Amino acid sequence: MTRRRFGSKLFAVTTGIAAGGPLVVMLVLMGVLVRDAWPAWRFQGLSFFSGTVWNMGNMYANTPIVRAGVQGAPGASFGILPLVVGTLYSSLIALAVGVPIALLTAAALVYLAPKRVSMWLSPVIDLLAGIPSVVYGLWGVEVLAPFVQSRLGPWLSHVLRIAPFFHGPVGTGMGLLTSGLVLAVMIIPIVTATTRELLAQVPRLPYEGAQALGLTSYESVRYVAFPWVSSGVIGAVILGWGRALGETMAVLMVSGNAANYLPTNIYSPISTMASTVAALLDSALTDFTGLAVHALALIAVTLLAITMATNLLARSLVALGRRGLEAEGERR
Amino acid sequence: MNARAIRSKAAWSMAALALAVVMFAVIDILALVAGKGAAALNGSIFTTMTTGIAGGLQNAIYGTFALVGLGIVLSVPIGVLAGVYGALFAPDPVAKFFRFVAEVMAGVPSIVIGYFGYTMLVVAWGFGFSLLAGGISLAILMLPYIVRATESTIRQLPHGYMEGARALGITPADAFRTILWKPALPGVLTGVLLAISIGLGETAPLLYTAGWSNFDPNWQLTKNPIGYLTYVVWTYLNEPYSAAHRLAYAAALLLTALVLLLHVAAKGLQRSTPAQ
Repeated sequence: MTRRRFGSKLFAVTTGIAAGGPLVVMLVLMGVLVRDAWPAWRFQGLSFFSGTVWNMGNMYANTPIVRAGVQGAPGASFGILPLVVGTLYSSLIALAVGVPIALLTAAALVYLAPKRVSMWLSPVIDLLAGIPSVVYGLWGVEVLAPFVQSRLGPWLSHVLRIAPFFHGPVGTGMGLLTSGLVLAVMIIPIVTATTRELLAQVPRLPYEGAQALGLTSYESVRYVAFPWVSSGVIGAVILGWGRALGETMAVLMVSGNAANYLPTNIYSPISTMASTVAALLDSALTDFTGLAVHALALIAVTLLAITMATNLLARSLVALGRRGLEAEGERR
Repeated sequence: MNARAIRSKAAWSMAALALAVVMFAVIDILALVAGKGAAALNGSIFTTMTTGIAGGLQNAIYGTFALVGLGIVLSVPIGVLAGVYGALFAPDPVAKFFRFVAEVMAGVPSIVIGYFGYTMLVVAWGFGFSLLAGGISLAILMLPYIVRATESTIRQLPHGYMEGARALGITPADAFRTILWKPALPGVLTGVLLAISIGLGETAPLLYTAGWSNFDPNWQLTKNPIGYLTYVVWTYLNEPYSAAHRLAYAAALLLTALVLLLHVAAKGLQRSTPAQ
């Protein structure tokens, strides 16, 4: 082997080792989390997901109680149902509000706005995706929460007074609705960018064909262009959903940080899984049995599993959508 | 006008309205941060350290640069090499698998990385709240973006480059060393810039790894907590003092301005990548 060839080989091997980096990190991360979460799982079992009380127990007790071989403070109970509900509801509000706006915006950018205008507007919306989540939180606290408290909340409560979940005291403006709206603004750029990109790739011919058949421009977009890219768009929506499920700081700032409280209406304060891990680690460290930290690890594992599942689903749908587009392109 | 034409008009009006709402949100966020932030910004912000809930942000600014800098130093070499492997050397199924891993990694919620950093780096490895623990956590967060940017950039280079090299009997490694790296550079740099902007804006992975310090970073890697800008935005907004609020706004403005700058730079770089 010449020196040159050896150098080439060495370079290839080095890159191969580096390529293993992300895999090693992910395996170690998952291993450490599962190991950390294990005692909490043994202690709490399935009631971890169905219980509504998160209580580290009596921190002044001298002797811990033992359940399933795991030590906990007397009275310790780790149920995360309110967090699961808070996470799910806030992310669903984000989807219900954000997705229609994102799809309409993408359609407007591709079909409505003149090219030169959308050339300028698109990067501005992309920028929205890069804004730090604490800045979203700041905006939520300063602008959105007061707006929900003094205007949107009372109005919704009045207009939808027969719908049970919408009627009720509006409270401080910090809660489920505000969290959902902040998350909506955060996922809009994700869904908009992918949808816009996909719509721009829809072949011109079927679209024009639809118009030649007498469909209105709206009908051509709705019944020809969107179905063409639907799996990719659904993928982008699920991707945004995953982002909303895992968002920590912005939600932490505007959720009202409810403890052990199931929301009674859309204005109720909530907590999410991600925001709870961030908010409670400090106090969990004071648990002399260490069980509270394990319980937080179990939340982290749950969150990781959920976001991984949504992400994989989303990626495969986006890939499917792209492949579909390419296949259609080749057939022509 | 018939009913269908009216419906079409109505739908497009809704689309225009949606676009207006989104633009309004962007402008409202930027205006809030720019307005209140500019009012709070003055020279002493950059030259004094935080004292209690007032003072300046010098410690947080330096801390942010140190943390993001370390994150980049750790993630870029591994990420770029991993991307090169995926694009040039890996057999197809292997490349696919590594792409899959990078995608999974990019989807890990940042607070999960924060928890991992705490239990692994801060406690198990005994780094304490420190530059090293925070920097590694950020590196984990940035790594998949750099891998993806590198791999997709090299894959999107014109096929002729690689085919030409093959025809001349040049190994892929030499082809990369002599030719391919140059057209790939802007794309890779774009990925690095985006990774920097993600790192700048993160809070959750740093809460329990970097800690917080009122003093400038002292270049100790371990055991010494270090400040950063996003912490100021989050914590000081909850304080009941207007001096604290001003600091939070100043920090938010600095962060947003930096992110904006990075995005503009990234857009500029993107244009200079040759297309297939």
